[in-house]
Amino acid sequence: MISEIFEIVIYIFLAIGVFFNLLAGIGLLRFPDVYTRLHAGTKCTTFGSIFLIGSVILLGLRMWWNNDADGSILAIHSIVALVAILVTNPTGAHALARAAHRSGVEPYGAVVDDLKGTIKPKAESKPKKKPVKKKKTSTKKEEGK
Amino acid sequence: MIAFVITTIVCFITYLFLTTGSATADSDILGLWSQYEIIFGVVLSVISGVIARTIFVKESKRMANPAKWFIFLGYLVGPFFIGMAKANFDVAYRVITGKINPGIVRISPDLKTDLGITMLANSITLTPGTLTVDIDENKNDLYIHWINVKKEALEKKPVDCKYICGSFPKWIRRIAE
Repeated sequence: MISEIFEIVIYIFLAIGVFFNLLAGIGLLRFPDVYTRLHAGTKCTTFGSIFLIGSVILLGLRMWWNNDADGSILAIHSIVALVAILVTNPTGAHALARAAHRSGVEPYGAVVDDLKGTIKPKAESKPKKKPVKKKKTSTKKEEGK
Repeated sequence: MIAFVITTIVCFITYLFLTTGSATADSDILGLWSQYEIIFGVVLSVISGVIARTIFVKESKRMANPAKWFIFLGYLVGPFFIGMAKANFDVAYRVITGKINPGIVRISPDLKTDLGITMLANSITLTPGTLTVDIDENKNDLYIHWINVKKEALEKKPVDCKYICGSFPKWIRRIAE
């Protein structure tokens, strides 16, 4: 009886997880610029993954309940994966958004942009020029040869 | 010395978690670990405790208090999870209708520790309509991309925290400061 209830809960968790991950995919296609796409890409994938991994944890707990020690490995390693996703997903989104703003992507249809003008452009422009010059000189040498 | 003990204990607990199910027929403790695994775990965690004690524990030891861990767990299960569920229905609504009114605003949450500001930034990213873009490291101010800017919030700058973070700063102050 208990294992049947577990089975149903696992299927419900899988359905919720797949639905939100699908929503993240549609959001990536429908939103206009990088920041709004990151909104869809972080929240929905994290929430969906919580439920997908939750179903795996429940499966492991059920195996453990039935005296199969392998179930404990499955459950605990899935929890570790869940913690890793919870920590790295927002951090990665933050890094992407920061890099996008530093390389001059303006938020689409922005009402207000407090961050604009606070970053000094000098630090960016210097390293960009050097490799371009090197490439030009190298192509000239090759032509000369 | 305290730093060494804390690091060793955390290492050993992590090792125990990752090696469950290693029990064999002739040697098992609680049906989950074999004796050799546990002895080896103690040796390994003492070694890593010696190496990593100055990195793992900085000058303050306030996170060694187990009560803070339970508050943190309560925060994760309670307000954080509810905020995240709301965020997902909010994003679902905007994906389907396409109604957005975005902007980047500055907030000053008034948190002092690095851990606290990291937790707040990650929580904000995962909760309704907001995404952390950048940080002012001198003042610990956050720049937030807000998908649906409210007009009344823009009257005061930096924008009032309550529109974006809700009750998070209170919880985080209790955990990390």
